[in-house]
Amino acid sequence: MYNLTYKRAKSIDEAKQFIGANPDAKLMSGGMTLLPTLKQRLAQPSHVVDIGGLAELRGIEVKGDRLIVGAATRHFDVASSAVVKKAIPALAYLANLIGDQQVRNMGTMGGSVANNDPAADYPSAVLALNASVVTTKREIAADSYFKGVFETALEAGEIITKISFPLPKRAAYAKFAHPASGYAMTGVFVADFGGGNIRVAVTGAGPGVFRWKEAEAALAKNFSKQAVSGLAVKADGLNADIHAPAEYRANLVKVMCERAVQSIA
Amino acid sequence: MAKVAMKVNGKQMSGDVEDRTLLVDFIRDTLALTGTHIGCDTSQCGACTIQLNGRAVKSCTMLAAQAEGADIMTIEGLAQGDKLHPVQQAFTECHALQCGFCTPGMIMASVGLLKDTPKPTDEEIYHGLEGNLCRCTGYINIVKAVKRASQLMAG
Repeated sequence: MYNLTYKRAKSIDEAKQFIGANPDAKLMSGGMTLLPTLKQRLAQPSHVVDIGGLAELRGIEVKGDRLIVGAATRHFDVASSAVVKKAIPALAYLANLIGDQQVRNMGTMGGSVANNDPAADYPSAVLALNASVVTTKREIAADSYFKGVFETALEAGEIITKISFPLPKRAAYAKFAHPASGYAMTGVFVADFGGGNIRVAVTGAGPGVFRWKEAEAALAKNFSKQAVSGLAVKADGLNADIHAPAEYRANLVKVMCERAVQSIA
Repeated sequence: MAKVAMKVNGKQMSGDVEDRTLLVDFIRDTLALTGTHIGCDTSQCGACTIQLNGRAVKSCTMLAAQAEGADIMTIEGLAQGDKLHPVQQAFTECHALQCGFCTPGMIMASVGLLKDTPKPTDEEIYHGLEGNLCRCTGYINIVKAVKRASQLMAG
């Protein structure tokens, strides 16, 4: 690892000021992506500003018709939370599939959403559930937040403070995990808000999370596995690598969507 | 260089480290607790697993400075004098190791998984140990040992 200066922020305001004054500083929450990146010398920030321990960024609560999760809430806390299991059980289920036990004990929702790895799990839940990403500057709707591979609408110095999820009538996540890394080769999150308002988000298959609108329209008419089975997924633009060609991932999109729907239909 | 202080295996410990020093290097090089192993450089193998404030984490994937003020337990802190921890006892009884390099991490991860899931199924054991690699055993006896430890801990 290149040399750097470690700074443990005492508050969000302090972190905000610090990264404002140090443009080459990098925020760290759980560090589950950042530290392996630094160990490989793939990044060289001047400072690492640790916001993972800030109590003001942690917590899970239902307020009205929304579930609100603090940005520094750990995956384990989401997976084991009675509040999440009652409000959006699919989100607790998803959190328990991230990485491994050790990663879930350190990694945070805000960190994952800020990083926007194209094979991460949380972006699919944020997009399918039409969540808002709340930052130190504003509230960003999921549809305009995710911008592609590791790209988001976040501006320099902007810090995610919480994610606010509207409560669906029902939702499910189905993931085909890479057997070694545990990342999603393809993961599909399906959310039904009632009245034909269905949202389907796909992670792992393309260069960033995306909505599968054909499936949304088909499921709005008929919420069943069969409604998805008749659809064709084009391989154009999907990821192809040594693990799977694009056609394989295209098929996984359909199969994972079918499985998610079947588990709640 | 900065001074870091934390509780390790019940004792207050401190030392001077560079900001970029990984916790595992502080544990091994400064505190000379070499039971915690480094098996990879990519945060994948889990040989460096310790308990941080009661949760299993990879000590190669955090900075020593992040652990300032934390309560750490390493493999050396598990046994009570000559009496092995039930997970250590079960690993010896079930021959859950061959070369033994991954064993400290396997044991610390197993302690973590049994805390959350005191009576795990095979599937739950696979899930709980996903972050730990063993290149010798094929995992069969490790899974047996976790089940045996579960029995021993239930008394």
